[in-house]
Amino acid sequence: MGHVRHLYVHLPFCAHRCGYCDFVTVVGRGEQHGSYVDALLGELDLERAVLADTVETVFLGGGTPTFTDAAELARLLDQLPAAEELTVEANPETVTPELARLLRSGGVNRVSLGAQSFQPHLLHVLERRATPDEVRRAVAILRDAGFDNVSLDLVYGIPGQSPADLDRDLAEALALEPEHLSCYELEAKPGTRFTHAHGDELERQAEAMEGYFEQVVDTLTDGGYRWYETANFCLAGSRARGRDLRARHNLGYWRASDYLGIGVGAVSTISGERRRNAPGLARYVAALAAGARPPSELEAIDHETSGREKLMLGLRLDEPLAIADVASALDRSALSRLISRGLVDVSTNGRGEEIRLTRRGRFLGGGVTAELMA
Amino acid sequence: MVHGTCNMQDLTPQDRIRNFAIIAHIDHGKSTLADRVLELTGALTQREMREQVLDTMELERERGITIKAQAVRVRWRGHELNLIDTPGHVDFTYEVSRSLQACEGALLVVDAAQGIEAQTLANAYLAIDGHLEIVPAVNKIDLPQADPEGASNELGELLGEAPDRVLRISAKTGEGVPEVLDAIIERIPPPAGDPDAPARALIFDSSYDQYRGVVAFVRVVDGRFETREPLRAMAQGTAFEAEELGVLSPAREPVASLGAGEVGYVITGLKDVSSLRVGDTLTSRRRPAEQPLPGYQDVKPMVFAGIFPTDSDDYPELRDALERLKLNDGSLSYEPETSQALGFGFRCGFLGLLHMEIVRERLEREFDLDLLITAPNVAYRATTRTGEAVEVHNPAEMPRELEQVEEPYVKASVIVPKDYVGVVMELANERRGSFDHLEYLSEERVLLTYELPLGEIVLDFYDQLKSRTRGYASFDYDLAGFKPGDLTRVDILVGGEQVDALSLIIHRDFAYDRGRQLVERLRKEIPRQMFDVPVQAAIGSRVIARETIKARRKDVLAKCYGGDITRKRKLLEKQKKGKKRMKQVGGVEVPQEAFLAVLNLDSERKR
Repeated sequence: MGHVRHLYVHLPFCAHRCGYCDFVTVVGRGEQHGSYVDALLGELDLERAVLADTVETVFLGGGTPTFTDAAELARLLDQLPAAEELTVEANPETVTPELARLLRSGGVNRVSLGAQSFQPHLLHVLERRATPDEVRRAVAILRDAGFDNVSLDLVYGIPGQSPADLDRDLAEALALEPEHLSCYELEAKPGTRFTHAHGDELERQAEAMEGYFEQVVDTLTDGGYRWYETANFCLAGSRARGRDLRARHNLGYWRASDYLGIGVGAVSTISGERRRNAPGLARYVAALAAGARPPSELEAIDHETSGREKLMLGLRLDEPLAIADVASALDRSALSRLISRGLVDVSTNGRGEEIRLTRRGRFLGGGVTAELMA
Repeated sequence: MVHGTCNMQDLTPQDRIRNFAIIAHIDHGKSTLADRVLELTGALTQREMREQVLDTMELERERGITIKAQAVRVRWRGHELNLIDTPGHVDFTYEVSRSLQACEGALLVVDAAQGIEAQTLANAYLAIDGHLEIVPAVNKIDLPQADPEGASNELGELLGEAPDRVLRISAKTGEGVPEVLDAIIERIPPPAGDPDAPARALIFDSSYDQYRGVVAFVRVVDGRFETREPLRAMAQGTAFEAEELGVLSPAREPVASLGAGEVGYVITGLKDVSSLRVGDTLTSRRRPAEQPLPGYQDVKPMVFAGIFPTDSDDYPELRDALERLKLNDGSLSYEPETSQALGFGFRCGFLGLLHMEIVRERLEREFDLDLLITAPNVAYRATTRTGEAVEVHNPAEMPRELEQVEEPYVKASVIVPKDYVGVVMELANERRGSFDHLEYLSEERVLLTYELPLGEIVLDFYDQLKSRTRGYASFDYDLAGFKPGDLTRVDILVGGEQVDALSLIIHRDFAYDRGRQLVERLRKEIPRQMFDVPVQAAIGSRVIARETIKARRKDVLAKCYGGDITRKRKLLEKQKKGKKRMKQVGGVEVPQEAFLAVLNLDSERKR
């Protein structure tokens, strides 16, 4: 038996590819869903030995996992190892009472809903198909089906979005009382259709949008959410009724735990080796149909690199990071400089010295981390 | 190359030797003429002819041999002619003078279309002062816009010679070039010097050969030097053996000996470039001379700038490169400088701006160094309140408690078509110039002289002059001593810390404006940081201008999950690398461009 306690499963299918997306996605191709699930299960079989007895988390990401043919999705869920947290990503327009029941009976206990925005004109810019009503209806359906851990994804910094637009989006999201919120600034990645269409506009707005991150954090923390990771918030305190509502699967990444990823383009990191499956769907399916591992590339993560990753990931969290774990990656003089500037805090407890970013430090987390890297 | 064999040709009698230099303004055809001379005398066949042999330093380096043609020997009608190269630039009066010291005559070449330029004038006066016989020639007579008549008259007037003594040539077509060689033989006297006296030779240039060490270029004045002879440099005391004597024709050609009046090279085998200086006198240790030859006047650099390696690891390479350059550029001076902002480097002294530019270019091109050069400043003489006198080469070292500051002045000559006299006067006035003299060289061309603070011309005076006169003005200057001025030191503070590399010394009347421009410029050049950064200009403790670079409000990688960790990590690693290349001032990352901000202010001011 292995030691890996986190499993990621990639379901690449989408009804439509959004302009800003840079994930491995495949549009339509309903007839391929069956053979793809076969391939996934084949890959899981090949890799099962690395998994621990008890898997802590399973995460079905995409793509749009809930766009996958229902019977195939059910078959996949049935074959996946049991986990304490089983999350599925869903697009609002795919959520029906039938789907919700299917997910429940498949052991899913957490749904991450790609709401992005509640305003038609912004959803249009993002090329999202769901309407604001569909987002609200999806949450209601999930609640009715008994889901008590729902996460909403929001995007801000959309071309044309005013501070008032952002306020409205946040208020709409809060009104739905999700257990968890992920709020991302829109990244116009080079080469995407979106950047081609809106890049200049975004550059013009960059200064005006500088305060949006603060606006998001202030609004959500005022609303009773814990800002536990750079872009992630969960209900806390009395509103959480004693539950830890952080995304446990993602916590695994941020704490630099090993994880197995299966599916086209999926990434695993196990015992100092990062493996990235190739992005081509046909070759992925063909390899596994023949009982072989899919084509992939390997990256060795040596001790220093792993230290830098622990630093980069760990500083995204609101929990302290033990210096001993990242000592090789840490620029000590930068550390004292950043402490004196009030961007990093150091404390000492049983595990020795620990660091974490101050509130201001977290807003500047990228620059602070880059500076801290040795 | 074969080094072992010696040329057993008969020794040339001293009265059949002629040593001469060519004086010409840039682009007036010196190099072409030199090429034509080499071709005509058979020193190079047409096939061997490379374009402009005398200027091809880099080419020689590629070939790995030192044939740097500081002096080329050619034969013409039974005579040995040594052509000694001179630089044609405004800053190199010093170098010209040392080349001229090895000659008895000079060929003064003027473009038939352009007429005399300010620099030609300056160099011609140098030659006259050195009692050289001057052979005037008007070049480019083949050009349709040439005015050989006018140019000959101008030149004749200048030298007090009949215009018909001025040769008319085309270096390009070769027309008149044989007559030039004839005139050299007829008009320039053979070298004086006592062939029987103890041997003495003047080192007028040198270079470094990676296999054979320092190569000295010498003009033998008295006696005779033999191969393998033990030698001594009289001023420095360095002793060595003449591993090889030779002449450049223009490839290195070993000879058994070099006698009085001859020009050639000495391979010394010395590996330390600083052990032999240009201007020193060589003598034989077997029968040493009593007195060294008059050396060169020690010129003092007047323009200073800090030179720093972009990558601090390159400091040793920079040091070695400067040492090498110093070998054949005695006017370059340097001393180690430590800047809080820029790290370890050198404060270098130059004869002028162009000299600085050339040194920088050679460092970058020949030594492949990536450099950061601070804004140039001049040398100041400061007297402190306690009466102590100091010479200041770096604005950041100017004492604050001053009784008086003196700055160097130049006498500047500008030759310009008469229509542009007004704009030249305007520019000179803006730069605190005082008018001295105006003279019509011809109906169209005017010579203007001004006294100007050197500090006012080091940044961009020449550029401004050129652009305001549409390129017609020519310019030269001579140092004219120090004068007190109402000067003040302006410091720049970034994040409350003084940036030594940005301090400047400036006339009090300009201090406020310049300070304001500089902080505005820096606000744009310095990227926003994780905290507010004040940028200030101050005179002493009094802040005269202030800008604030507002802190960034956010700087995060939006999302980071399993699949994307490598990419995000690489992003941060790259960011960190970029930070390492920036210079830290009080914890603020200042990009290198910011240090060049001072350089560009003036040109902005004018637009």
